[in-house]
Amino acid sequence: MLRIKNLVVDHGAIRALHGVSISIEKGQLAAVIGANGAGKTTLLRTLSGLNKATDGSATWGDLNILHSKPESLVRHGISHVSEGKSVIPELTVSENLELGALWRRNRKESAQSKKEVVDLFPRLGERLSQRADSLSGGERQMLAIGRSMMAKPQLLLLDEPSLGLAPLVVEQIFQSIRDLTTSLGLTVLLVEQNAMGALKIADIGIVLNLGSIAATGSAAALRDDPAVRAAYLGF
Amino acid sequence: MGAVHSRHITNKHRFVGFALIGLVVYILSNIVDEWRAYQGATVAVFVVAIASIILLTGYSGQISLGHGALLAIGAYTAALTQIYFSAPIWICFATAVLMTALVGAILGMAAARLSGPYLAGTTLAFAVGLPSIANQFSILGGEQGISFDAGWPPLSLGETFTQYKWFLWIATLAALISMWWVQNILRSRYGRGWRALKSNEVAAELSGITIGRSKVLAFTVSAGIAGLAGALLAMTVNNVSPSAFPLALSFSIATGAVLSGVSTLGGVMIGSVALVAIPLIASSISDRWSGSENLELLLPEFIVSALLVLTVFLAPKGPIEKFRSRHSK
Amino acid sequence: MFEFFNTLLIGITAGSIYSLMAIAIVLVWRSTRVVNFAAGGIALASTFVGTTILEITGSFWIALPIAMLAGAALSAFIEFFFLRPLLKRSGEKTQEIFLPIIATLGILGIIKSVLQFVYGDRIGVLTPPLSDRGFIVSGESIALSPLRLMILGIVLLLMIVLTLVFQRTNLGLSLRAASFSPEISRLSGIRVDLIRTLGWAISGAAGATAGILQTTNGSGSVSPEAFEFSLLLVFGFVAAVIGGIESLVGAVAGGLTLGVILAIILMYFGSSLVFFAAFVILILVLFLRPNGIVGVKGGRRA
Ligand SMILES: Nc1ncnc2c1ncn2[C@@H]1O[C@H](COP(=O)(O)OP(=O)(O)OP(=O)(O)O)[C@@H](O)[C@H]1O
Ligand SMILES: [Mg+2]
Repeated sequence: MLRIKNLVVDHGAIRALHGVSISIEKGQLAAVIGANGAGKTTLLRTLSGLNKATDGSATWGDLNILHSKPESLVRHGISHVSEGKSVIPELTVSENLELGALWRRNRKESAQSKKEVVDLFPRLGERLSQRADSLSGGERQMLAIGRSMMAKPQLLLLDEPSLGLAPLVVEQIFQSIRDLTTSLGLTVLLVEQNAMGALKIADIGIVLNLGSIAATGSAAALRDDPAVRAAYLGF
Repeated sequence: MGAVHSRHITNKHRFVGFALIGLVVYILSNIVDEWRAYQGATVAVFVVAIASIILLTGYSGQISLGHGALLAIGAYTAALTQIYFSAPIWICFATAVLMTALVGAILGMAAARLSGPYLAGTTLAFAVGLPSIANQFSILGGEQGISFDAGWPPLSLGETFTQYKWFLWIATLAALISMWWVQNILRSRYGRGWRALKSNEVAAELSGITIGRSKVLAFTVSAGIAGLAGALLAMTVNNVSPSAFPLALSFSIATGAVLSGVSTLGGVMIGSVALVAIPLIASSISDRWSGSENLELLLPEFIVSALLVLTVFLAPKGPIEKFRSRHSK
Repeated sequence: MFEFFNTLLIGITAGSIYSLMAIAIVLVWRSTRVVNFAAGGIALASTFVGTTILEITGSFWIALPIAMLAGAALSAFIEFFFLRPLLKRSGEKTQEIFLPIIATLGILGIIKSVLQFVYGDRIGVLTPPLSDRGFIVSGESIALSPLRLMILGIVLLLMIVLTLVFQRTNLGLSLRAASFSPEISRLSGIRVDLIRTLGWAISGAAGATAGILQTTNGSGSVSPEAFEFSLLLVFGFVAAVIGGIESLVGAVAGGLTLGVILAIILMYFGSSLVFFAAFVILILVLFLRPNGIVGVKGGRRA
């Protein structure tokens, strides 16, 4: 269970999150939607230790998330796929994947995880020795998700996986995320501009507006909420 | 940055300030002995040299580890002008500025294409490479170098007027004039362009600043000033030779700029005085402690280096900014 | 022809040592975006350590690895206590490279003056383990001696080891990933701070080797103000820039290019043009390829 209470985050003089409280149960897929600059990325970066919180608390099970470094949060099962195809272009596909499991210091397990990721995204399997900058946008997104799966996470933080992808690819990625969540019992916090797509696969939805929570509820309920529809779904 | 406070300081204020500095130097020059006068002239030379680095690095954001070589060009130009054209000293200074600015323009064209470590490497290689070719041309006098003689002070100043006092006057006047001019250029359209460029190249280009031309201009102006510093340096030591412009000189100037606070011209005196004073302080310390020659040799380098590291840590924007920020809070 | 061949051999030997120094500089640049002038001081200090060990044990083959360890330790120390806090505070603003350069210059000065304090006028002597007398080929002595062969062998061995480490090991993958993208690396669980310190340590070991070899290839003795070390630092840095500052292969290419061309110039045009030639080579290379021999256009400044 992820419990976030009154989280306040500042970027210098700019306050990006004004006391956000969110609660997600284990195994749930939660979609966070909101306009540009709503603070979605800031929320995820704070949860993975990249940004410092000014105030509030966040716990994952018994673990206090705030004040930890990203590299140690990974060791506690929290994995963050950052905004904009988070792969290292200079490394090969295979190396990008291995990177995700390096901290486990176990070559056998790493090879096993790689096999699982390749099963999940067969297109990556065909391109293992290619440099990551030769991949298409969709493939890069698969690689980014694949890399974070290599860490065998329990809590997955995904920042706009649909960014810049063709509708068909978006659908595939969303489907993979849904399948992963269900089959591995992951807990997922999915940040999305594509509110419709995200709410379709999510269990619960959270609407963020100017750094505060504007609405929460089951994904289905939010999809039907006239205010949410007007503001974020565009119809 | 310099611009923030200069808004409150009008040209008139500044003129009064400069005149005061001139007056203080005038009075001092009448009290101190030859040796102190020489040191004063050296401080003035460093003021000019450091100002030229601050203009380049602090305002236009380019790096130079090779200003020692630009000083060398200025010094040789001044000396050659005197030897071959028997020109009066101020003409020698003027040709030094022009010639070095020209070289600076050429170097700047290469520099405008380079960034970060590439620029650092190029200017470093320049600093090491240029003075050494003096040996290649006989008119440059090889290792012995050539002389540059600013001449005796005019008799009208009186019989007792000493040589070094004369140097001090000339160097101070040159420093004041060049600082005045640098201040003005920094507040001009060009200066604003450099600052815009430094903070954000893309935004600067969008607002109509031609990046390449602006960078080359900064290099040219900076080089011109460095050329003046070189000619002044040659005057104070009466001679121009390759060994007067080692890599250590380039590093000293960069050091002085950091001690002064590289992002603002206001502290330029601090670094200059430090560079001249530290060896003296060091030798008096080692005299008192042990009189060991070894200590006396290494202490200046140690103090300068330690100060440098401390400055980078404690006051990365320089002592002046540090002071200002503490008092504005 | 014979003379040219000899010049080439001299150039390759000198160039391979510059390559090592260039590698030391590239490694630090890649791991922390710092142009590290302290590398010259680290090389100098560890060479002194080497001479002391050689004096005690009498064995070059014990002195070299201990000097490398000393270089690694000193380099890691400098990263940990000076550069790390400095870079933390400047918030990793990558375009600000002037202050770190100056900081490393200051550290170089401190190292030199401390060595001067400890050693004074004494010099460290580094007797080479092998003869410097050239092999005889058809009655004439060529510029290749057992000593030069040893130098080339050591450099080659180190390069092979480095390549293997970087391409084949987990540590190598971490080092590369951390230099290309610190943030993604941290999100993948890499302890980037630690990896950076390790990068500096490897650089220190490479620099120490360069220092030892430079001394044995040169006068055989070292003093705190040794000209050979200024040379090593300047040419190592120039070689790194020629090679594109990001690339280990580039560093080697840059070092060899520089070494060979400078040897030819020294042979046929005299010593006073050598430094200027280095500048001209650098300008020419950067004119043709603004990101160095191996640099990628629009190279990443992650
Ligand atoms: N590094 C930063 N420095 C200063 N302000 C920042 C920084 N990062 C984000 N902000 C500000 O914080 C606010 C929230 O930004 P954030 O990136 O979290 O939004 P977002 O919801 O992810 O937007 P988008 O949908 O465009 O990705 C914005 O006003 C942004 O300008
Ligand atoms: Mg975002």
